Amino acid sequence: MNILVCISKTPDTTAKISFKNDSKEFNSDGVQFILNPYDEWYALVRAIEIKEQVGGNVVALNVGGSDTEAIIRKALAIGADEAVRINAEPTDSMFTAFQIAEYAKSKGFDLILLGKETIDYNGSELGAMLAEYLDLPYVSYASSLTIDGSKATVQRDIEGGVEISELNVPCVISAAKGLAEQRIPNMKGIMMAKSKPLTVVEPEGFDSKIQTIGFTVPPAKSSIKMVDPNDMDELVRLLSEEAKVL
Amino acid sequence: MSSVKTDQYQHHDYYSIDDLLSEDHKLARDAVRNWVKKEVSPIIEDYSNRAECPYHLFKGLAEIGAFGPSIPAEYGGGGMDEMAYGIIMTELERGDSGIRSMASVQGSLVMYPIFKFGSEEQKRKYLPKLGSGEFIGCFGLTEPDHGSNPAGMITNIKEDGDSYILNGAKMWITNSPVADIAVVWAKDEQGIIRGLVVEKGMPGFTAPEIHGKWSLRASITGELVFQDVRVPKSNVLPNVQGLKGPLSCLSKARYGIAWGAIGAALDCYDSALRYSKERIQFGKPLGQFQLTQKKLAEMITEITKAQLLAWRLGSLANQGLATPAQISMAKRNNVAMALEVAREARQIHGGMGITNEYPIMRHMMNLETVLTYEGTHDIHLLITGMDITGLNAFS
Repeated sequence: MNILVCISKTPDTTAKISFKNDSKEFNSDGVQFILNPYDEWYALVRAIEIKEQVGGNVVALNVGGSDTEAIIRKALAIGADEAVRINAEPTDSMFTAFQIAEYAKSKGFDLILLGKETIDYNGSELGAMLAEYLDLPYVSYASSLTIDGSKATVQRDIEGGVEISELNVPCVISAAKGLAEQRIPNMKGIMMAKSKPLTVVEPEGFDSKIQTIGFTVPPAKSSIKMVDPNDMDELVRLLSEEAKVL
Repeated sequence: MSSVKTDQYQHHDYYSIDDLLSEDHKLARDAVRNWVKKEVSPIIEDYSNRAECPYHLFKGLAEIGAFGPSIPAEYGGGGMDEMAYGIIMTELERGDSGIRSMASVQGSLVMYPIFKFGSEEQKRKYLPKLGSGEFIGCFGLTEPDHGSNPAGMITNIKEDGDSYILNGAKMWITNSPVADIAVVWAKDEQGIIRGLVVEKGMPGFTAPEIHGKWSLRASITGELVFQDVRVPKSNVLPNVQGLKGPLSCLSKARYGIAWGAIGAALDCYDSALRYSKERIQFGKPLGQFQLTQKKLAEMITEITKAQLLAWRLGSLANQGLATPAQISMAKRNNVAMALEVAREARQIHGGMGITNEYPIMRHMMNLETVLTYEGTHDIHLLITGMDITGLNAFS
């Protein structure tokens, strides 16, 4: 089975988030980036598990600049067989989906997996857009995926239960928690990753249809205000004027 | 009482030493750190409290590639460089010195001598199984009456046909009660120190456990007792004679300890830094008091110096240029540094610092062993002294 796994870099969860360029651009200075956990822990590991069961090839694909090669190497260390980097900044979901589709359309992938979202922008848009561009069926938020011949059985958690669906490959599936268990790369994997192929592909022309106007950070959490127990008037004033709950 | 808390550790790299590392090094570091957070941190206080070895971690250490990471892959190692080996040891000891010891012994003291001094047949027979954790190994050099003076060992071998007859005893042997093989150093009839692989089950070979340790409580330690053990000549390491055999292994292990101790220090510092921001006294966080800041600032200063020392040592080791005396200096400095950091961190934690709610006392007690084993703090000073004066103060 020929599997494509779309991987993305995201800021480490402990990173301090700020913006630059008139608040139109994320400020990556001093930020540690990681492989997006939904892509790594679930999509990639499940792809490798399927390959281990039925044979095949796992390609990890990233749209990004050369600074993303560290996370690509990690994907190879975990067990992807080869990697592709489309050499472009992923400015928005549609741009990214278009680039991936342009690459994937002639490669004959049986299965395209990706995380249900990245943990930075949480857009959850890419899978659907990619499926649309490739005219493939799509199931999102998969917590279980089994492959039997050309049939994929997908389970996903819904409000109060689970939904089980069947579809034929090729298809696009986005991965949620439960799809697989995180694999920590071992030293042999890290060393083997150095000799696995990483192909850099130039992007296709695409006019973005969305322009980011700006970002704002949430207001800082205010500290606790202590009120003298004998000063109920002050408490009422604070609840009324500052907390605005009265 | 035992404690299972989320491991909140964050790396501290005050001098951006990460910039000096390769992507492989950082991948290895992150992988081992994740493994420690997942497998070691949740259980280590409990096992240490009960003075029980988490044997199941041998398999996990093997899977992650912590056994012999710098041994070539074709012999079951990781094929990485010495810097990577050091980085892995830091991360393991950040979890616990006992867990790092499990890996140090297997890699530096068992796989390394077989790789370096063994026959091709011995390498093929033992190394892949040691690398995969199927075999656990131990290293027998120290004797009850010969610790800092290994040349005085009385364990001996006598030729008998196509075998040697081994007699003697070894003491303070990490992993010995659970080991499948022991690399044992013994004097032959000419008084020359030889290395041999003794296998579990050979008649006359026993490995009783040493109980009552207040240190490295999650690591198993024992003796090796040999009473007329018949060891085939084919088990003798053919390519080394004399004390340089075991000492070269110790250089490898000491190198790993020089890196490892930084991990214990980092964990203590990390915990103290966090605690100093959370704990309020006199209406403000502990970290806002000058005396606490002095402790924390000196801790990170000393840790940073140790990190740079280790990095330089690693660079030299990668080129095959690290001398035993340079390794001694780094081992001595970094372990003493870690112990001092643990003591200061304990004070910042106040009364909580003596409980197993925090890792401080466990690290501190572990480090008392680390200060002594693989060459004591004082012996390493004499090695430096001899190196700079050319004069031997040992005897």
